[in-house]
Amino acid sequence: MNDPFTTHLDGNALAGPLADVFSVDPTTAWRRCPSCHLPSSLGQLHVYGPGPGLTGRCPGCADIALRAVSQPGHLWLQLGTGGGAFRFHLPTSAP
Amino acid sequence: MSGSGFSPGFRGRTHAFEGRLPPGQYPTESFPVLSAGPTPHLSTDDWTFTVTDETGGSRSWTWDEMMALPQQEPTVDIHCVTRWSKFDTRWRGVSLDVLLDGVDTAADYVVAESYDGYTTNLPLQDVTDGKAWLAHSFDGFALSPEHGGPARLLIPHLYFWKSAKWVKGLRLTLDNEPGFWESAGYHDYGDPWREQRTWSD
Amino acid sequence: MATPDTGAGRPAGWRPAALVAREKQTATGRTLRFDVPGWPGHLPGQHVDVRLTADDGYQAVRSYSLASPAHGTAVELGIQSVPGGEVSPYLADDLPVGAEIEVKGPLGGWFVWNGSSDGSLLLLAGGSGIVPLMAMLRARRDTRYDSPCVLLYSVRDPQEIWYADELHSAEPFLTVRVLHTRRAPAGAARPAGRITAADLQGLPIPADSRCYVCGPTGFVEHSADLLRAAGHPADHIRTERFG
Repeated sequence: MNDPFTTHLDGNALAGPLADVFSVDPTTAWRRCPSCHLPSSLGQLHVYGPGPGLTGRCPGCADIALRAVSQPGHLWLQLGTGGGAFRFHLPTSAP
Repeated sequence: MSGSGFSPGFRGRTHAFEGRLPPGQYPTESFPVLSAGPTPHLSTDDWTFTVTDETGGSRSWTWDEMMALPQQEPTVDIHCVTRWSKFDTRWRGVSLDVLLDGVDTAADYVVAESYDGYTTNLPLQDVTDGKAWLAHSFDGFALSPEHGGPARLLIPHLYFWKSAKWVKGLRLTLDNEPGFWESAGYHDYGDPWREQRTWSD
Repeated sequence: MATPDTGAGRPAGWRPAALVAREKQTATGRTLRFDVPGWPGHLPGQHVDVRLTADDGYQAVRSYSLASPAHGTAVELGIQSVPGGEVSPYLADDLPVGAEIEVKGPLGGWFVWNGSSDGSLLLLAGGSGIVPLMAMLRARRDTRYDSPCVLLYSVRDPQEIWYADELHSAEPFLTVRVLHTRRAPAGAARPAGRITAADLQGLPIPADSRCYVCGPTGFVEHSADLLRAAGHPADHIRTERFG
């Protein structure tokens, strides 16, 4: 908000989209960045978005940790880079 | 869907414009910034733009060389997949026809590659014949970093994620190679008038 | 640091939530109380996703923090109305009392205070970032928690203070300091300006206190830097940013 060039959210913002496909809360999941070796939780990632999707990056070196795209009826989730994104079917709900 | 019972009176922003608005879009006067990462701050001193063909042959331009090419000033409507459209945006830049002129290729596709690692895929025929530009000015001023400066693609007939910010080159490909968003659920082509938002649309 | 227990409930898709009451906090800040049948409970610091549906089927989703500890099926959200925003002005001013929206939650196990964890708390709020911290303060009060707690609350001017009456009432072991960034009230000892290292000095809490920081991204980055520089261990600092 103060600096339009570095505005990002954090991994807390991933809790909602990921809640549909994880059976435990993912924001406390722990990771060590393969590029800079900084440990962080998913909640500590720097998250860019929300549109067209959420891109979660290492808070130390900005390397991509995951991407999540919410679409009607689907969540696309890619961990890391180059591994391909999985498309999850979400349970239908009202309306 | 009417009468879902939830959030009565909520209309979103899709209701207020007719005519030039593709389906599911709303008009905006502002210029929202969408990002997938930190904004790179690039010096035009170090900037180059490179076209690479499918055999690996390439041709590059420095900033000064690019600025010495014939310039155009397109005024176009742009449409973002996040549902905003912006009308009569004024740009200055070089037609991709100029940058692709003389390239001998059998490729049908092109991947735009950016300084921040972003990529997006396009049919070659969609970036030729006056449909696409390498844009360096917006509304009379040098393109700001948050909007993709020093130079970005401008491909207004497709959703705006195809207009790669901080672009550093075009790579011609024989196959259609999905880019950053295309590999994560977004449409390979992205025509706003056919509302090709997602992979299955 | 031990992984916090993610609490009483798991989110189970979208649930209807009926607006029960709306309370004005500031010119643009609102407290909205909903009744959510089947609500599984939550921990202070957690949030919900809110989904609005337009007549044509278009849906918009935003995250909002829970402002109170769990009380049955009552869910209290803090909404900061953003001018020109798609969702927050509707929630702040237009959604009729009695009408329903949908919520998903509780969400997030990272930015939570598990009331059973021992020790003192340092809470840093920027603007409407007070909302999830208020849930911690209220939980602390409900359980008569007796470890010291400091709230540093950064606001532009005195009119921007949420929960003013609640925060002004004296409470044992709690210290509240308001940091005005644009305009301080007449006679204030601290000149207006953003949070500095001096604001973190001499607080009546130990250096190993757990720190929770919530606010705009710039405020959170700056505050977390100051906390680390002041000697607070990085693994004791938890942050939540909003755009």
